Amino acid sequence: MTASELTMPSRRALIGGASKTLSVAGLAMIVSGCSYAAAPTSAGATSQDVEILNAAIALEHEGIAAYQIAATSGLLQPAVVEIGVTFQGHHKGHRDLLIKAVEQLGGTATEEQSQDHYVEALGVASLKNQEDVLRLALKLERGAANAYLGLIPSLGNDFHQVAAQMAGDEAFHAAILASALGESIPKAPLMFG
Amino acid sequence: MGTKASTWVGIGLTTTVIGGILLANGSQSQQQTRHVAGNVAEIAPSIPSLALPVTMAAASNHAAAGKKLYQAKCGACHSLDKNRVGPRHRNIVGKRAGTVSGFRYSNALKKSKLTWTAKNLDAWLANPSKLAPGTSMGFRLTKADERSAIIAYLKSVSRKAK
Ligand code: HEC
Repeated sequence: MTASELTMPSRRALIGGASKTLSVAGLAMIVSGCSYAAAPTSAGATSQDVEILNAAIALEHEGIAAYQIAATSGLLQPAVVEIGVTFQGHHKGHRDLLIKAVEQLGGTATEEQSQDHYVEALGVASLKNQEDVLRLALKLERGAANAYLGLIPSLGNDFHQVAAQMAGDEAFHAAILASALGESIPKAPLMFG
Repeated sequence: MGTKASTWVGIGLTTTVIGGILLANGSQSQQQTRHVAGNVAEIAPSIPSLALPVTMAAASNHAAAGKKLYQAKCGACHSLDKNRVGPRHRNIVGKRAGTVSGFRYSNALKKSKLTWTAKNLDAWLANPSKLAPGTSMGFRLTKADERSAIIAYLKSVSRKAK
């Protein structure tokens, strides 16, 4: 069994269960007073949201793992570890919100992969010092801010605001990392998206 | 950090702490070139050359601009040689969709029967779920010039496209 087989057990079930998804989502709304699926949506739109939100969960899993690997790498000074752990906490918060949203839509959230998978996927072996680690973090955070903004037009209305909020958090992280790395402030507006 | 004001002071301190540590470590980062996540025009001074007759140099500049854009826009989910949130991209141009080994695709993409020509890639990046309804890639790139630069870059790292 490959690592990716482990992580996305739900996908086939989701596609097959699209019509079931809607009624489960409707039920979840009634039971929990859900703030997401306020308006009735088609089954296709709901399962599309589940797919996209699950990709965002996979992105958050990777970000959380990246900060974990960084914090335990021995390459970072204690003060930097502390900041990284705070940023990691934000990503855990995103992950939890996204998991809740997927479950409220009747889907199954994507699970995280093994630590070994992330070490390999992120090319951790080539990181030699603190600056390398911060550059990787900046690349991931900048990419994540752009990713969330690019997801908005594909997501249902109920998720536009939360995706923008997450993009805001990632942009905040990116700004601090860029500043720490001595990058100059971009002159032009609309830096992300 | 209870109040807004103290939060902002905290950010200043945070930045100073990391920056200070980097400087103390003899960081070269001040000399790095400016890197902006945004538009092609900002990060790729070579783009105006597209207005000139197309030359090899212009084409490779286009791909170079595309590389930066690729890292900024696609880099949270993709890389050339590793399957991450999305599949790896080396040799993607000319490839059948949904066939990178070891990646678990949505049924939508697996069954799409698409081949990644420049034209299909352009439609995909503009709106993936229009091309393959039910796909797990939701990211859209609205600017045509950015799509074109990224596709030029993907061609430059694909055997079949040369
Ligand atoms: C939020 C994460 C995310 C972002 C950002 C993203 N993608 Fe994707 N991409 C995916 C996922 C997930 C898939 C798999 C889709 C599926 O199985 O339906 C995918 C699939 C693809 C495919 C099809 C690959 C194949 O093997 O058939 C291409 C091409 C692609 N992406 C290009 C891009 C490019 C270029 C960008 C940047 C402009 C980008 N993607 C940004 C998540 C992302």
